[in-house]
Amino acid sequence: MRMTAPRRALLGSAAILAVSALALTGCSGGGSTDDAAQGGDGPEIVVWTDAEREQAIGDAAKAFEEETGATVRLVQKNFEDLRNDFIAQVPTGEGPDITVGAHDWLGALVAAGVVDTIDLGDTASNFEPVALEAMTYDGQLYALPYSLETVALVQNTALVGTEAPATWDDMIQRGLASGAERPFVINTAGETGDGYTMYGLQTSFGAPVFVQDASGSYTSEVGMGGAAGERFAQWLSTNGQAGYLSTTIDYDINNELFASGKAPYTVQGPWAISSFEGIDVAVNPIPSAGGETAAPFVGVQGFYLSAQSKNALLATEFLVNYLGTEDAQRALYEADPRIPAYTSLGQEVASDPIIAGFLASAQNGVPMPSIPEMGSVWDLWNAAEAQIISGAEPVSTWNQMITDLQSTLAG
Amino acid sequence: MSVTPPVAPPGAAPTAPARLRESHARAWRGIGVGFLVKLVIMAVVNAFGILTILTAVGADSWLLASITAVLLIVADIVYFTRRALPLKYLLPGLIFLFAFQVFIFGYTAYIAFTNYGTGHAGSQSQAVDATLIQGERRVDDSATYPMAVVERLGTYGLAIADDDVVRVGTPDEPLTTVDGEIGASGAPTEVSGWTVVPRAEVLTDPAVQQAAAALRVPLSDDPNDGALRTRDGSTATVYTSTLVWDEQAQTITDTTTGTVYTATDRGTFTSADGQSLPTGWYVNVGFENFLRVFTDGALLQPLLSVTGWTFAFAILSVVISFGLGLLFAMIFNDPRVRARKFLRTLFILPYAFPAFMSALLFRGMFNSEFGVINDVFFFGLPINWLGDPVLAKLAVLWVNVWLSYPYWFLVCTGALQALPSDTLEAAQLDGAGRWRSFRSIVLPLLLVSTAPLAISSFAFSFNNFTVIYMFNNGGPAIPGAPYALGSTDILISAIYDISGVSGGAADYGLASALSIVVFVVVGAISALAFRQTRKLEEFA
Repeated sequence: MRMTAPRRALLGSAAILAVSALALTGCSGGGSTDDAAQGGDGPEIVVWTDAEREQAIGDAAKAFEEETGATVRLVQKNFEDLRNDFIAQVPTGEGPDITVGAHDWLGALVAAGVVDTIDLGDTASNFEPVALEAMTYDGQLYALPYSLETVALVQNTALVGTEAPATWDDMIQRGLASGAERPFVINTAGETGDGYTMYGLQTSFGAPVFVQDASGSYTSEVGMGGAAGERFAQWLSTNGQAGYLSTTIDYDINNELFASGKAPYTVQGPWAISSFEGIDVAVNPIPSAGGETAAPFVGVQGFYLSAQSKNALLATEFLVNYLGTEDAQRALYEADPRIPAYTSLGQEVASDPIIAGFLASAQNGVPMPSIPEMGSVWDLWNAAEAQIISGAEPVSTWNQMITDLQSTLAG
Repeated sequence: MSVTPPVAPPGAAPTAPARLRESHARAWRGIGVGFLVKLVIMAVVNAFGILTILTAVGADSWLLASITAVLLIVADIVYFTRRALPLKYLLPGLIFLFAFQVFIFGYTAYIAFTNYGTGHAGSQSQAVDATLIQGERRVDDSATYPMAVVERLGTYGLAIADDDVVRVGTPDEPLTTVDGEIGASGAPTEVSGWTVVPRAEVLTDPAVQQAAAALRVPLSDDPNDGALRTRDGSTATVYTSTLVWDEQAQTITDTTTGTVYTATDRGTFTSADGQSLPTGWYVNVGFENFLRVFTDGALLQPLLSVTGWTFAFAILSVVISFGLGLLFAMIFNDPRVRARKFLRTLFILPYAFPAFMSALLFRGMFNSEFGVINDVFFFGLPINWLGDPVLAKLAVLWVNVWLSYPYWFLVCTGALQALPSDTLEAAQLDGAGRWRSFRSIVLPLLLVSTAPLAISSFAFSFNNFTVIYMFNNGGPAIPGAPYALGSTDILISAIYDISGVSGGAADYGLASALSIVVFVVVGAISALAFRQTRKLEEFA
């Protein structure tokens, strides 16, 4: 978009202005009664967060503030804005010390030189290995992980029971037999396409987005081409014709159809469960459509440390020894229930069958690639899937997408 | 401009003032109410300005601080001297013009000449910092030592407790064993010859903290043994760095492989065999971004086809909504229509609704299976409004017209009511019919006052990112088009796709260059069109 960078810079200055003005009025208006609550003139660390996690981080910060005399200032932003704002503002010195973020931003953040490594030391063993792996780039750990997320098959127990279907075809059969309006529903983000939600079905054909090397790291070699990719494209087309996949379904319509019992199965993440209030759901791994294991993307969320932080020790202290504790991780879980990356907490909350279902799906999954090349994939990939579902010739459309993608990555 | 400024009727102006006197702005009649108000306003402005300067200085934003300082001084001079009367009125406007137009345009132009984007986001020294961070690794089997920051004559060092033994060192002196005491927490509490800095001070004094975070205490004279560093101020571990920065030679050497990465003028560290380190910095690339726009076939071709649709979209949006607005204005300007005021208010509703909300709502309404439009107006036929390139264009136009015709309704209503009724009556007496008087009198007179608005409306539609992005994000994608451009993408939304900002691999330099090209195109068209409107004035 035009002028993003300067506008951000201006916004930053405006934010400084606004905050300092607030601080001024706060000091003069507060009077002498709550001087202690002002936190003195100790150092301040700034943490960027989205609305869901603000409260939990604030709670973890209270103990920290009391024990160290430092202040933690939370700045709330839209989650989608965090990555670009962080990249734009850290080099100008106006960025935060810590930000909430997703692991697949890591490649872009490393390329921009805005993140510092962190050292969890002995506490690293408290976290799920897959979470630490996702936050690792070129052998270095860059963030404190706190949650895992993935999509899974969500089913309406009143219509199809709790038993997991064995395969895609089995699921469609059961869905048709349930008497619901449609056997299955999945979000395609309307005409935009949604490769993320569809990915488990795609990997069941053996067509990963990027090829992984022996150590499990992603290379920049596109893995979706060839016979496996074509078979997946053919499958998209067939099921698009049959109406099981449709580009009229966006996120809200998907949840609406499932919640009203018009479809007994859907693929969704834990974040959508709250939209399904009033119906009993069971969560199972995604069934295989192409014969291999359906491996959805696993995303990891965590806290990044700025490479330009002027309070690196203090911020690390807060990150590792306060946010990295079981209490803080539990507060984060309660504020925004996602599968915890903190192992003991994960075991504790897995007594909930829904969480256990997502956990089982995550165990089948693969980390979403965090290499910078991933940023160039989404638009072309999503669009090709949407076109095939709505009737385009599958094989040529898919191969054209692979060609375009390779030339984009090369250029 | 075509609207002539109102001329004061003759006789209204005072022919001869009784006595020449000083203007109000200059006269001093003690402290009047006006002066007090001015004083209060200026006090607030000054307080706000000084606060901005202090904050900017605190954030090391020297440019912002100096600009604010200059503006503040200018404001004080203008409003507290007697000389700059016109400036008293112009200054606020000029400041806003500078802050919101000149500065942003200047900054965009500046970015257009750089390679600012993913991998080139900061300065070279920041890239070096980041690269060294990436190359510094914890030694796998290193123990974690409880430690304390120590100080002697302004030099900071680290003291660790290594199995009941206190060892201390500085970046220049490797660790040596000294006498000392280890406290209950396991960290040294007394180190002979050194002052132990309390941990609370390490964490809360910014200067000490930064010094402590930067400390690297070598284990021995051999740098390959690694160095102690602390991440949290209470424990230290051994790190080794595999990358060494040589500022003189502008190279970074990987000591494990011996590869030398040299700083290039492209803002990267690149080795002899063409491998680059991940983090670069932004550099001036001259006209390269502009050249890319016109020479890169993969870029130029889709841009040209998008340009065609952009013009169609902008022109049709203006023409249709103008026509529709005028039609309704004429209908509801007729005295025979009852409840005109109420109906007019209804017409303005879309105008009062936030555009992005309307676009989002329309996205749902145009859904071919669940949308209300097919359900209600097309008997539930599955017309794929959002998936078909032609229908999607119609739908986008429909949304934009729906959003903008109330504006034209308002403008035309005003203009119609200002038409001279005697001219219309004369035409009627001369035997002109309705159509004839509309075509020869009403429309030309109307165009005189509305043409400039039509031009600015064209420029607005040309860059109407919100409607496109919110309604269908430029979809449906053109099969095989690079950058996933869609059939309804206009130039500004195509630039957004090409810049890669949404995907995270951004190229702000290219995006800025493209938007400047678009600016030049829109500017040229507007200038041309404004010249043409002068002819209308001559007609009037």
